[in-house]
Amino acid sequence: MMRRPPFYLLLPGFITLAAVGLPLLYLVLRALEIDPETLTDVVFRPRNLELLASTLKLTASVLILSLLLAFPLAWLTTRTDLPASRLASLIGVLPLAVPSYVTAYALLSLGGPYGLAAKVFGITLPHLSGYVGALVALSLYTYPYFYMNLRSAFLRLDPALEEAARVLGHAPTSVFIRVVLPQLAPAVMAGGLIVALHVFGDFGVVSLMRYPTFSYAIYLQYSTAYDRVGAAWLALWLLALTSVVLFLEAKATRLAIARTQKRPPAKLRLGRLRPIAQGYVTGLFLFSIGLPLSVLLYWARAGFARIDRGDLLEALARSAFASAPAAFFALALALPLAYLGVRYARGAARTLERAAYLGYAIPPLVLALALIFFTLKAVPWLYQTIFLLIYAYTFHFLAEALSPLRGTLSQIPVAIEEAARALGTRTYAVFTRILLPLLWPGLASGGILVFLSAMKELPLTLLLAPIGYDTLAINVWSYTQEAMFAEAAPYALVLLASGAIFAGMLLAWEGSAK
Amino acid sequence: MKLLRAVELSKRFDGQHVVRGISFDLEAGEILAIIGPSGSGKTTTLRLIAGFERPDHGEVWFEARKLSGPGRHVPPESRGIGFVFQDYALFPHLTVLGNVTFGLKGLSARERRRRAEEVLDLVGLTLFARRYPHELSGGQQQRVALARALAPKPKLILLDEPFSSLDAGLRESTREEVRSILKQTGTGAIMVTHDQEEALSFADRIAVIREGRLEQVGRPEEVYHHPATPFVARFLGNTNLVRGLAHGRFADTPLGTLPLDKEAWGHVLLSLRPEHLELLPPDSRGLKGQIVKRSFKGHDLTFKVRTEHGTYRVQTGYRAPWQVGESVVIRVREVAVVLGEKLDESGSAEIPVEAGPPTHREG
Repeated sequence: MMRRPPFYLLLPGFITLAAVGLPLLYLVLRALEIDPETLTDVVFRPRNLELLASTLKLTASVLILSLLLAFPLAWLTTRTDLPASRLASLIGVLPLAVPSYVTAYALLSLGGPYGLAAKVFGITLPHLSGYVGALVALSLYTYPYFYMNLRSAFLRLDPALEEAARVLGHAPTSVFIRVVLPQLAPAVMAGGLIVALHVFGDFGVVSLMRYPTFSYAIYLQYSTAYDRVGAAWLALWLLALTSVVLFLEAKATRLAIARTQKRPPAKLRLGRLRPIAQGYVTGLFLFSIGLPLSVLLYWARAGFARIDRGDLLEALARSAFASAPAAFFALALALPLAYLGVRYARGAARTLERAAYLGYAIPPLVLALALIFFTLKAVPWLYQTIFLLIYAYTFHFLAEALSPLRGTLSQIPVAIEEAARALGTRTYAVFTRILLPLLWPGLASGGILVFLSAMKELPLTLLLAPIGYDTLAINVWSYTQEAMFAEAAPYALVLLASGAIFAGMLLAWEGSAK
Repeated sequence: MKLLRAVELSKRFDGQHVVRGISFDLEAGEILAIIGPSGSGKTTTLRLIAGFERPDHGEVWFEARKLSGPGRHVPPESRGIGFVFQDYALFPHLTVLGNVTFGLKGLSARERRRRAEEVLDLVGLTLFARRYPHELSGGQQQRVALARALAPKPKLILLDEPFSSLDAGLRESTREEVRSILKQTGTGAIMVTHDQEEALSFADRIAVIREGRLEQVGRPEEVYHHPATPFVARFLGNTNLVRGLAHGRFADTPLGTLPLDKEAWGHVLLSLRPEHLELLPPDSRGLKGQIVKRSFKGHDLTFKVRTEHGTYRVQTGYRAPWQVGESVVIRVREVAVVLGEKLDESGSAEIPVEAGPPTHREG
């Protein structure tokens, strides 16, 4: 019989639930302030259906394109003798370090009569924007979510299953279709959910590419038309769409995951196909990392001359100053939540742990609007302060702190804690002397993940930061909005560099720990 | 015609010989157990026959068809040989029925269905056709794996440690059930195991393998009672290895002059199973010793007796009155088995009794 979790473990869950739930309540209340006569006009006007269609169109095509980009890479790096497969698998993850609006920036600044291609090579490329621009930028950013899920699914596959299918008379192609693909389905679903949530929530790319989705429309409605009720209704639409996707994903039948394999699967020899595979991997690298980086470096030469160094440093300081506390608070909440989820893995405790994912699933613009309505009504002194920004970062990125902590904690056997207790250690001391030292890797990666995500975050910052609190992300976005590519470049480079430094620290540290 | 012939099979991984020149054959409907310690190459031998691996040398013949050999490698899906995996390898995304019909080809949907029900009936799982593998117990999964392999009516089934994932209580009954199903359907089988009791009770013949080489092949009684090498003697149950000087059908040993199972001359190594020795009161004739250990196992008693010529393991009936410290005399009740001739005269006569088979060690 499992013990009931003590109250102090449940408290962070309730706090999280309230911190995200209450603002949503105010969003609904604000939406209900609508004049009944205009209700049907605002809620069901044709424009909303158009937005729904264009959001779904973009989401579906990003899902397909990023899956197509990720699948061959995952297969090549796990199942073939592709040379330098460790390097290749890095290409599957690195694009996450390049914010999607930076990729959009690179694509935008490439084409057109004053674009980079025209200046350097004298060729005028077509201006990449709208649907195609958004599709390319978002797919190049999101394919790692598919890649990571598919890679671990490929590695988990039991080679005996494929052998069993072979001895039952099925040729390799038939085995791939009938045995391998069905087992990858859960990974595709999991990756697809995150990609879809990301496209729903994306603001940077669609605003720069001027492609109308719900997120973009919410922003325009709120900040250009000053129509708060209208913005609230659009946010509810997007929230409903998100809930439908979450519901469908939860309904999908889950397969029992095959036991972890003991033997590594046989690696397919690529033979003459090797150059094609290498060309594919190189191309992916060039587009997802090489392109944004070289475009940034090109513009930065002019950019550093045009902007004030002080402004740049100040923007960096602002980004870090809001992101670091968010990382700290997210860890402080995630630690008890992870403990609750891992050690009391059922019933209400499990549900409460799930609350942490609520803030992550809610599109950032919706969360921002809800927080604005909530603070204006209930806690006006919080409105337009850095504390509100930290609040939003904390609860939006809480899930990113939770995952690595859960992972680390589930590897620590309960028996270790029980052994400490049997040796006469009190609860508090078990935590400080046993758990904290063992949890360090999880704490470090969780904290760094939240910090980096907050540094990159655009829509929450745009709506919630105090007036004049221009972070790196805001500078990149607003200069790019006005096609001032050179001025945007230094801010984007500093953003990338800080990401690279922290990610490198994390990798080096994980490497030395093993 | 033989059902299967393995001829001089050899396989190397990363330059290391795993299987070295193994040859054996199998009659139709016969059950062969390949037994050996872990890492001895038994699973690799099975995978060579299934076609998962290509032999570096040697050939595999299935009836009149060459499956593997120089310039020839029939892929596993075209061999028509069934395989039961150690962890069953049931497809997690398919129901029991889906798993069992997976290997049925060239049949109408109805015929496939009927055949699947037939084999599910054979293993007693008709009621579970709609379940998924994770909804079944270990024993049931085992039987689904067998049904799946039997469904296409192969003449030969390969079983890779098929009972090792079952708990002890279930293992014995499942083993008997599988054996009777194989016999009932007339299916030939090769099973790989490291458990000597399993091999002895399951198979018609046993092949003992060590470091990639075949040490001995024969009927279970033959291999148990007349091991060809010290390794076989120790691997199949406990034994006392005794040096002696043979002259024809007899040999002089510390235990006295003993009759031999075959003619031998010169220095020989003999095997005497613990149950082939008995203990007598100290005033009897024979090798005198002192009890150093007594292990009660319910149905019998095992003693370790220290003598001036080494320590011996003796198994007696459960009523044997001796206690640790008492003096006894060891007497031999059966003929001694000659393991090797012309041994080097040097070397201790003291054979460590602890050197039993790795899986059957006592504390």
